[in-house]
Amino acid sequence: MAVWLVRRLAASIAIVFAVITLTFFIVHLARGSPCGPSQEQPFPPEVCDTLIKQFGLDQPLSVQYVRYLGQLARGNLGRSFALHRPVADALADALPHTFVLALAALVIDFSLGLALGIYQAVRERRFADIALGNIALFINSMPTFWLGLVLLLVFAQRLHWFPPGSPSNPVLCPRLDSAYCVLDFLWHLALPALTLGLVGAAATARYQRTAMLEVIRQDYVRTARAKGLGERRVLLVHALRNALLPFITLFGLTFPFLLTGAVLVESVFSWPGMGRLAVDAIGQRDYPVVTAAALVASAMVVLGNLLADVMYVGADPRIRVPGA
Amino acid sequence: MTFATWLALGGAVLVALLGVEESRRHAMKSVAGRRFLRHPTAAPALFVLAFFVILALAARLIAPYDPIEHLDPAHLANHAPSARFLLGTDPYSRDVWSRLVFGARISLGIGALAMLVAVTLGALVGSVAGYFRRWVDAALMRLVDVGLAMPRIFVFLMAVALWDRVALWVLVLLIGLTGWFGTSRLVRAEVLSLREREFVAAAGALGAGPTRIILRHVLPNVAAPIIVSAALGIGNVMLLEAGLSFLGMGVASPTPSWGNMIFDGWLKMEVAPWSATFPGLAISLVVMAFNAVGDALRDALDPRKEAR
Repeated sequence: MAVWLVRRLAASIAIVFAVITLTFFIVHLARGSPCGPSQEQPFPPEVCDTLIKQFGLDQPLSVQYVRYLGQLARGNLGRSFALHRPVADALADALPHTFVLALAALVIDFSLGLALGIYQAVRERRFADIALGNIALFINSMPTFWLGLVLLLVFAQRLHWFPPGSPSNPVLCPRLDSAYCVLDFLWHLALPALTLGLVGAAATARYQRTAMLEVIRQDYVRTARAKGLGERRVLLVHALRNALLPFITLFGLTFPFLLTGAVLVESVFSWPGMGRLAVDAIGQRDYPVVTAAALVASAMVVLGNLLADVMYVGADPRIRVPGA
Repeated sequence: MTFATWLALGGAVLVALLGVEESRRHAMKSVAGRRFLRHPTAAPALFVLAFFVILALAARLIAPYDPIEHLDPAHLANHAPSARFLLGTDPYSRDVWSRLVFGARISLGIGALAMLVAVTLGALVGSVAGYFRRWVDAALMRLVDVGLAMPRIFVFLMAVALWDRVALWVLVLLIGLTGWFGTSRLVRAEVLSLREREFVAAAGALGAGPTRIILRHVLPNVAAPIIVSAALGIGNVMLLEAGLSFLGMGVASPTPSWGNMIFDGWLKMEVAPWSATFPGLAISLVVMAFNAVGDALRDALDPRKEAR
């Protein structure tokens, strides 16, 4: 187990390292300066020259690469061209917002998806199963940001149930320091989280239904029924335990989905997270910010997969770890 | 909407219905076809796809107006849906229905072409890795690991940050080049078991080289999972294109794509919800249809992996 874990960890680090190298070379071969071959130059030429000197962009690529790695190792992600501050600081401000949004979406996604999937499996091929299955497929096929726009239109602009965007009321609640402000924050969080969570829940329900149906057919479930256990106990205790295993894989798969969705949903709801930071940075050709966001996102995806693998091995005794 | 365009629209519906009926009759003759049609959503999904493909092909006949012409910015912006403007007009006084029809070309075209690139690459890489194993396999699969680790939308954000505006064919190529990782894993797994089978050994004994064995003997046997993953993948590509265009970095206005139509209508959502709502609905419908067809195809072609 320990050997496997170390190897798995090393592989993850290698992947992140490869992503770092790849992005570095793409960025520097394609452009390499804050004022590239673009027609719409953001700065006058003399400012460009100063910037190039200041960021060390006139050095050979190999020197830049080694220095870049050294800086990364110290947690320095470079300096934003447009925000005039270190990229790491800007990301540190944005990341908590993305995390809170992703976490809330994950809770909605998994709880709703789980409940729906189990219900559908129990009602297999009845009307409720087919109707819910098609609704889930439809929601799962929607562009996330479009669902966000529709929810925004209906619940914020027409019905005024929820605020139209931003994470909190900037006048009354600049910080989360009272019960009122926490509630206000959750109120602002509801629509973006619901948008991401609903689309995710639709996919989760499909997986969970399949997993549940597979388990329900197994002998030990029949045994549980045969010894007189109630249907609720058979389903929710005996069957569900094994039907939860694919859930762990899903957890790993959900990370890229949440991050991608967050980019779009944050733009719709003006949520100041990492995705919005990256999208805003593009307008200013501020590629250090975009690159750093891509790196952080990749690292999170790798971490999510690692977590899912470890959880899987921990949860399923049938899985033998190679080399253990 | 003139009489001719109504007629053309009716014709499109009719042709789509006839096409579905004809393929239904054809499919009922085979076991796989019957398994495909057993899905309650398979035939309606085929109809939706056929309808939008016909829209895309016959866009010139069906669209009543020029999709990029500003009809009358002073009086006809944000016009509500009516008999004259079937789905209303957008904030730039362009006919939403005409843009939707022409947008089908771009959105479906990008989806199909990018998926073609992705599936071809994925099948080739996967079969080469699975067939040659050893270091070839190890090297290619590590590449796939890296590719799967980068969320695609961030790759595109980077591309746009570096190259300003991405031309349409570059966009298609980029989507294709970042979309083959999953397929290659799938194909590799299948090829690993296929290559041990007798018919591969027989082909080798008859003097066939690796290229011939892979292309003529191994790949045809992996066709089913490849087709299924392509059907399910087109939907994802269309969603990605929509998202990118919505962020203003995919297809450039005034060329209509369903994604940038949502972007154009977004800011006037309160007064003219139709200009952003209908393209989104079209994307959802088509993606759902691709997903339904993909599900049904999986059950029809690959009964071992039946999703129930």
